[in-house]
Amino acid sequence: MTFKRFAEIGRVALVNYGEDYGKLVVIVDIVDQNRALVDSPDMVRSQINFKRLSLTDIKIDIKRVPKKKALVAAMEAADVKGKWEKSSWGRKLIVQKRRASLNDFDRFKLMLAKIKKAGVVRQELAKLKKETAS
Amino acid sequence: MAPKSVKSIRNPELIPGVRKCSRSQMYHKRGLWAIKAKNGGKFPQHEKAAAAPAVEEKPPKFYPADDIKKPLSNTRKAKPTKLRASITPGTVLIVLAGRFKGKRVVFLKQLSSGLLLVTGPYKVNGVPLRRVNQAYVIGTSTKVDISGVNLEKYDDKYFAKQVEKKQKKGESEFFEADKKEKNELPAEKKEDQKAVDTSLLKAIEAVPELKTYLGARFSLKAGMKPHELVF
Repeated sequence: MTFKRFAEIGRVALVNYGEDYGKLVVIVDIVDQNRALVDSPDMVRSQINFKRLSLTDIKIDIKRVPKKKALVAAMEAADVKGKWEKSSWGRKLIVQKRRASLNDFDRFKLMLAKIKKAGVVRQELAKLKKETAS
Repeated sequence: MAPKSVKSIRNPELIPGVRKCSRSQMYHKRGLWAIKAKNGGKFPQHEKAAAAPAVEEKPPKFYPADDIKKPLSNTRKAKPTKLRASITPGTVLIVLAGRFKGKRVVFLKQLSSGLLLVTGPYKVNGVPLRRVNQAYVIGTSTKVDISGVNLEKYDDKYFAKQVEKKQKKGESEFFEADKKEKNELPAEKKEDQKAVDTSLLKAIEAVPELKTYLGARFSLKAGMKPHELVF
């Protein structure tokens, strides 16, 4: 029932609207009730509305408004990238990107692979059914 | 912009229409006085070409009654359609219209009319050496190695319709003869198809699953959004 993810300094969030859509950013300061100052190794530090952020489980240990170098070091120390890519949310996004970038030929090969897999599964299932029936 | 040669300007334009130096100043600057002095007081001129004797024009025998307007001359030469950057020789294309719609086909070259020369290959999907308009085609990013194919003899004339000799007006004979002639493809064209396809097939079989890919037709399935698909 209680809240678990807080919009606090050090919270890693995903931008879900606007120019920086899809980026992982760190909340570096709170401006007011609606906006946060947000920073990431590959972007200029800027303010963003909380509505444009989706909070993640990851939190790093930083002081209020750290210098870029300190931010990068803290992100490395906490292994934000690694944790994100291992999390189920992160993995889902990676899969989505991969699927969107598939070539027409890739999609064809994927279809053949799916059919093959389904065939193998069906065979095994038929075997098991036979065993239980007999 | 064309590269400007950085030479010193003798007579710069100060304001549009107003130059720095006067006529006499320019005469001095260009050194025309020195050239004249060198050539004995006169500016050297090359001899005029001897005038050709005037041709005698006879008055015309016939004047037309009305003035006919001459159409304006047009020296425009049409260029072949600009080929999309995604379409290079060896690209697999998806044909979108006509008898072979949905077929995945190998692009060979662009002909001088702008149409694309394309082949199935015939054995793989039944598409022969054929011309296709670029507008009715999706270029995929799959490429086939086309280096072993000689395409020099294929141009628009190769695909021109065979001109039939004029038939005499016997109705029943007319229809029968027509039907028989249309069905046959000359053996030469079949040989050309084989010549192009054999080297292509080798390149295609080298890539796993490419042959079945070319044999299958493309279609939009549920959930596929063409503007979001990467081809």
